[in-house]
Amino acid sequence: MGKSIGSQIIASVFVNSLYMMANYPLVLVSTVLAPFSLLIAITFVSHGTLLPIAIGGAFILSMIGAGTGMQQDLSHFKNDFKLQDMVVSSPTSAAIYFLGMSVSELVYTIPVIIVLGILAFFYVHASLLGFAELAAVLIILFAFSCALGFVLSTFSSDVVESWAYAGIVSTVLSALPPVYYPITYIPMPFQYLAYLSPATYGAEIMQSITGVVSFSGGMLAVDWVVIIGVTLAMLAIAVKRSRWREK
Amino acid sequence: MDMLTCKGLSKEYDKGKRALDGVSFSIPAKGVFALIGRNGAGKTTLVRILATQLLPTGGYATLAGLDVVKDTGSVRELIACVPQEAHAMPWLTPRQFITSYLYWRGMGRDEAARSFMATMRKLRIEKYADTTNRKLSGGLKRKVLVAAVIASRARILFLDEPTTGLDPISRTELWETLRMLKKDHFIFLTTHYLEEAENLADNIGILNDGRLMALGTLDELRARVKYPYSIKVFSEAKAEKPRQGSMIVGEDGVRQILTTEREANRLSTKLIKRGVRLSMNPITLEDIFYYIVKKPIENEVYDNGEEYW
Ligand SMILES: Nc1ncnc2c1ncn2[C@@H]1O[C@H](COP(=O)(O)OP(=O)(O)OP(=O)(O)O)[C@@H](O)[C@H]1O
Ligand SMILES: [Mg+2]
Repeated sequence: MGKSIGSQIIASVFVNSLYMMANYPLVLVSTVLAPFSLLIAITFVSHGTLLPIAIGGAFILSMIGAGTGMQQDLSHFKNDFKLQDMVVSSPTSAAIYFLGMSVSELVYTIPVIIVLGILAFFYVHASLLGFAELAAVLIILFAFSCALGFVLSTFSSDVVESWAYAGIVSTVLSALPPVYYPITYIPMPFQYLAYLSPATYGAEIMQSITGVVSFSGGMLAVDWVVIIGVTLAMLAIAVKRSRWREK
Repeated sequence: MDMLTCKGLSKEYDKGKRALDGVSFSIPAKGVFALIGRNGAGKTTLVRILATQLLPTGGYATLAGLDVVKDTGSVRELIACVPQEAHAMPWLTPRQFITSYLYWRGMGRDEAARSFMATMRKLRIEKYADTTNRKLSGGLKRKVLVAAVIASRARILFLDEPTTGLDPISRTELWETLRMLKKDHFIFLTTHYLEEAENLADNIGILNDGRLMALGTLDELRARVKYPYSIKVFSEAKAEKPRQGSMIVGEDGVRQILTTEREANRLSTKLIKRGVRLSMNPITLEDIFYYIVKKPIENEVYDNGEEYW
């Protein structure tokens, strides 16, 4: 009897996003609102000049946030419902479960993408190629954060522990990087800290596309290499090194 | 080829403390295998190793001839498991939870819908198919989990305390279902309800402190206890030792004598005449369990040469 990979992926989407949204619509409101708090603040403080950057920044943070959200969802499933154990003892591989859950987080993020997309259409002036590059950056950062979230969730043994992971990860990945403003706004020694987060490299590409800040071609090439490299490494870790079966 | 084989299976979570200590046994064929043992005996640890959730630190185990560590992929095609502390997500209905579980396992939509309804009917809970789990009683929530693995195509089921929290009627209903399933399934269950093992299991294992103390059919286990009769004495009373047999003093102060049928008759007649409150029965799994698990205590008491009775 054959296995349907489509079924295996859709299961995660049902459990972790569609049914959840249907039962707790408020979750959706909070997800949509999350990126706007800073976007609005930055826009007002900069008298509108940073709006295009802030829209790109909100996009990036939503993608990073997807992974943090996934980590908390999966820790909850694993530790409070023993769902991971149920799935481990089944024909579903870690990779398929990870893929399905990533798609479910993406589904969750769709409303945010739509709202930000509309804003970007009006306020971000970039070429078609620019928008394609932006989409690529977002997909790469999304994959990175989901892979990291998945790995951490498999190592967490309690939901409280997962909150701690989430706090650390979101500080490093999204509070440090200058996604809502140019990196030059950060005083010197602290700029190095920002480079700990792949989001910073993505933000540089995004900011050069929106035309607000200009970076040299060499620097942008480095940015691409870093985000692609780090993401591939993280995906490999997620598939090979996550704690699917306990030691 | 045996259905299940464990050889020297060990698990050491923390250095120096063994949750499983060289467990070796095999179960030849399909049917129900019930594992009993006190809290912390290592039942869940054993289930999790066999269900490929946990790596052993020593020994090996095979299911239907496949090594649970080396042939993990093939083993996982065959198994399904309800972990001891599993819960169905409260925001899902049984239909949503179970069909999603079946999708995860790779089942298509129509088959999942069919299998779901058939199982709900089998367990007589079809009227709750679309009630959110949050609103179900504790026992029903447990049944939903068991229903999920029953609805799967897996032929080897691991049920870690499946009937905890079920009322006596639901429990017997679940037994009926498992009895039907065991014709073409291998069901490995753990339980603290000894009558469940007695009623359902083709083979029973008794685990104590990470070691398998006994294994066999109920009759085989009975034969391990030298004496087939049990007298429980509930009241304080002075009396003599049984001429033949052994005595266990339970933590509740109830004294239990295991002895021959003849001696049981003689002793109970004598005690009843004296107005001592007692019960006399052929030994049950519970008696065997106490006999095997509490043996050291009994010997100690006996060797002191204290006066009982
Ligand atoms: N993750 C763990 N880390 C360390 N020790 C553990 C872990 N899980 C279980 N143990 C220990 O291993 C031993 C066996 O535990 P296990 O859960 O297998 O027992 P059990 O027979 O299932 O008990 P119960 O009837 O209470 O469910 C216990 O001493 C327990 O404290
Ligand atoms: Mg247990």
